[in-house]
Amino acid sequence: MIKCENVTFVYENEEDEGKKVLDNVNLNIEKGSFVAVLGRNGSGKSTLAKHFNAVLIPTEGNVFVNGVSTKEEKKLFDIRRSVGMVFQNPDNQIVATTVEEDVAFGLENLGVPYDEMHKRVEAALKSVGMYEQRKMQPHLLSGGQKQRVAIAGVIAMQPECIVFDEPTAMLDPKGRKEVMETIKTLNGEMGITVVLITHFMEEAAKADRVVVMDKGQIVMDDAPGKVFSHVEKITALGLDVPQVTRVVNLLKKKGIDIKGEMLRTKECADAIDMLLKERQN
Amino acid sequence: MLRDITIGQYYNTKSSLHSLDPRCKLIGLVVMMALIFVAQSVIEYAFVTLLTIALAILSRVPMAYILKGMKPVWLIVAFTAVINIFMGGGETVVFTWWAFTVTKEALYLALSMMLRVVLLVTVSTLLTLTTSPTVLTSGLEKLLKPLEKVKFPSHEVAMMMSIALRFIPTLGEEAEKIMKAQAARGNDIESGGFMKKISGMIPLFVPLFISAFRRADELAMAMECRCYAGGCNRTAFRKLEYKKSDAVAFVLMGTAVLLVVIYRTVGFLI
Repeated sequence: MIKCENVTFVYENEEDEGKKVLDNVNLNIEKGSFVAVLGRNGSGKSTLAKHFNAVLIPTEGNVFVNGVSTKEEKKLFDIRRSVGMVFQNPDNQIVATTVEEDVAFGLENLGVPYDEMHKRVEAALKSVGMYEQRKMQPHLLSGGQKQRVAIAGVIAMQPECIVFDEPTAMLDPKGRKEVMETIKTLNGEMGITVVLITHFMEEAAKADRVVVMDKGQIVMDDAPGKVFSHVEKITALGLDVPQVTRVVNLLKKKGIDIKGEMLRTKECADAIDMLLKERQN
Repeated sequence: MLRDITIGQYYNTKSSLHSLDPRCKLIGLVVMMALIFVAQSVIEYAFVTLLTIALAILSRVPMAYILKGMKPVWLIVAFTAVINIFMGGGETVVFTWWAFTVTKEALYLALSMMLRVVLLVTVSTLLTLTTSPTVLTSGLEKLLKPLEKVKFPSHEVAMMMSIALRFIPTLGEEAEKIMKAQAARGNDIESGGFMKKISGMIPLFVPLFISAFRRADELAMAMECRCYAGGCNRTAFRKLEYKKSDAVAFVLMGTAVLLVVIYRTVGFLI
């Protein structure tokens, strides 16, 4: 789906010119997968995300979307149609004055005919659960709702992949949950490839694959359970591991034998419960 | 507070005036304005006044609400009236007081000027009361479309207007937030003289502008990501179609114009 080959990126006209924001990144994102990209501020994760739909063009190396290089300007619209993007601030990506018109914005740009446009807008709004609010003005919605409208706007364009650039960073816990559930459905039920840039470990744990970035390089790339089992390494990179993983790790250190790679609170609680029962017997 | 600002104060009563096509209403506004400006005799003034009142009744918006929207205009109306009364010139002196002479002609001029301003404002208020800003914008875009032949960016203008409408409440909210943050740090914009108030506003406007530019930047990127490339080959989510009622409205407009024209010619012949 998306393939990065030796991607290096340097910002022009900035104070620290010449600093490599991305340094020789190689990454292949499979169709239908759910990849989380983790990293602390300044690790280059957002910059990498912007390469996936040709918002940024690599200084060196190549990014291919479905085999097409993002350097081909003529294919720009094809690339952006197949890879949609949802940004951090929900306010700054809603263009129109009502929910349904905003969802229609991308379709208007693509020149989709009237009847099909209305069908697609309706379907997209229903799939994020915002159909009831379709006539509302965006500023009257909650953060989570706005972000879901933004997602609907991307879904309506029927992309194969959606890149989420810290979509929950500005939301309250309720909004965060709403958005994460929507992302899960997109990937699970609609088969859309998801790339989730985040710094919340709990969110990354929901992915099939976690890529950890530091100083513009990929330092870890594995299933979430495997990545989080390296607690020391993750902590050294300025990141946190999910609470559950931390508990399991502490127990292991105390010499208590508990199966590793647990990511769900319930799993962990059950395992500990079992252990306690065994000891009592 | 600031977030409650509704530009144009759309007031939906689902009246027949509300359901008219925005293009029809925009043209209607131009026609009404022309009639108001052309009016000279008492009969013509009476005619346009009646038309305006009829439109106001047709809109089913409460009179009090329409008049409330005119509040800021009263001062201008009073001012023009006073100027016209005393500076009007004319022959037939009604009375003289100190250095001022008031004539019959000046009184008539002042009165008609007042009426004109009030009618103009009422008619344009009626347009915004009966048409939601988004619909109005798309109507304007369609009306200005022929001007694209002379390189007038009609789509871009409409897009700018609708983005401005979209961001007014957002920026209003932000201004409120900044105001509170500044007030918490002891900035006082409520009291003091004019100059002090103005300088108190600087800490409000500087961050507001910076953030508006940042928003514009992010929005532009988001729009590009959704394949925005200006007005070419674009389809519209909202379809504008003239209905029967629009035809009726156009006929009525034509009749009104015709009546005035006939009245003028007949008056001229006599």
